[in-house]
Amino acid sequence: MIALLLRDLRLATRAGGGFGLGLVFFLIVVVLVPFGVGPETEILSKIAAGILWVAALLAALLSLDRIFALDFEDGALTLIATAPIPLEAVGLAKAIAHWLTTGLALTVAAPVLGVLLQLPSGAYGFVALTLLLGTPALSMIGTFGAALTVGIRRGGLLLSLLVLPLYIPTLIFGAEAVRRGAQGLDATTPLLMLGGITAGAFAMLPFATAAVLRINLR
Amino acid sequence: MSLWEYANPKKFMGWTGPILPWAFGAAGVCLVTGLIWGFFFTPDDYRQGSTVKIIYLHVPAALMAINAWIMMLVASLIWLIRRHHVSALAAKAAAPVGITMTLIALMTGAIWGQPMWGTYWAWDPRLTSFLILFLFYLGYMALWAAIDDPDTAADLTSVLCMVGSVFALLSRYAVNFWNQGLHQGASLSLDKEENVADVFFFPLLVAIAGFVLLFFALVLLRTRTEIRSRRVRALQLREGRR
Amino acid sequence: MIPDLGKYAAEVGLAYAVSIALLVAIVGLSWRQSKRQKAALDAAEARKNG
Repeated sequence: MIALLLRDLRLATRAGGGFGLGLVFFLIVVVLVPFGVGPETEILSKIAAGILWVAALLAALLSLDRIFALDFEDGALTLIATAPIPLEAVGLAKAIAHWLTTGLALTVAAPVLGVLLQLPSGAYGFVALTLLLGTPALSMIGTFGAALTVGIRRGGLLLSLLVLPLYIPTLIFGAEAVRRGAQGLDATTPLLMLGGITAGAFAMLPFATAAVLRINLR
Repeated sequence: MSLWEYANPKKFMGWTGPILPWAFGAAGVCLVTGLIWGFFFTPDDYRQGSTVKIIYLHVPAALMAINAWIMMLVASLIWLIRRHHVSALAAKAAAPVGITMTLIALMTGAIWGQPMWGTYWAWDPRLTSFLILFLFYLGYMALWAAIDDPDTAADLTSVLCMVGSVFALLSRYAVNFWNQGLHQGASLSLDKEENVADVFFFPLLVAIAGFVLLFFALVLLRTRTEIRSRRVRALQLREGRR
Repeated sequence: MIPDLGKYAAEVGLAYAVSIALLVAIVGLSWRQSKRQKAALDAAEARKNG
């Protein structure tokens, strides 16, 4: 499982592997927003946390179809499935690799980009914390979605249609925690819920992912 | 003779054929009675005026939108556990009916919201939940449409339905937490204190019965269509091989 | 005999029109698909047997 994880990381960081694309996309979305809503500091600082969360979510979505599609096309996935590790662990490893290459980078980049959006000073810590707690869930849910659509040609659009509704609870609790935190209110409940979603996703979705992969490899 | 025998495709075609016209007839009678009773013979509410008449469409549609999803979930589980083809096809058949109910609930709600709350749309928990439910239906139907092999499609959509149900439920609570609503609480419950007044209640019950029957009849009809389409597919494959 | 709907006549009428249109649409669609599939099946059976 560790070997698989390292292999995925190597593949992602290699040239053309797509590492960094998500990050660049994140940057561009954040830069585009002020052009759309206008440069007023007050408006921007009010919506900054929400923009960062939505942009992070879209950036995570962008690299999802790479998780299984390439391995599926060149037959590596069939080999991995016959390897002596359970398919559940494969799903888990893939999700962790995806998080390390996108979620972690997004978490680090978000507070920096917050400057561009006039993020209120109290919110920086909360943005980083919620993304740290929430992006693993995005990766895990996305891995499930990628496994679901792996057999479908040009499944990228379908993948977003399936995965985005599943992202809603994570987004709501993540953005809500930042909003409360920035206003100095108690943000414990949304933070706990966010952590709960991540823990629950990692507890259950590897099994769903493995089940779906088995169906698709039949 | 076990209950499961009714799920054999041939048996299913046999027993649903004769009851289909009756189901549609009963649905029609209940719908027409409930809606005409509600529309023509109930008084206006003292606060909401005549808009209260929208309740005979809004509440049954909302009820069936949720129940259709639950029925799909149960059918998906039966398919995954017992591999009854009819079950998977019934889940597939229910989705378009469910999404229609969701649309009716959303649109009548919006039309009702304009005079009552002064806006067509508010990010109220109940409204938002239904919008999310609508998205789930869309995704589910899109996945069915995208896969050629019927058994693979049935398996994958069943898993999606189960995972989707968990997340839909989660969204419901998340949305509740996210925004306090304008929407009133449940208008129907078993303890009599909170119910709407009797004048509105009885036509509403008839209308609900009409929606339930209509859903049942439509699902039967659509399931029969799906079974036939599978049979056609099988025959075509056999022809192709020869 | 249309009852007096007061100032909300437009809303109530619209709600009923939209809902009934949607219900008719789903019934009609299901009906058409059913007819078409039945015809396709009959044709396929005829080919098989004939």
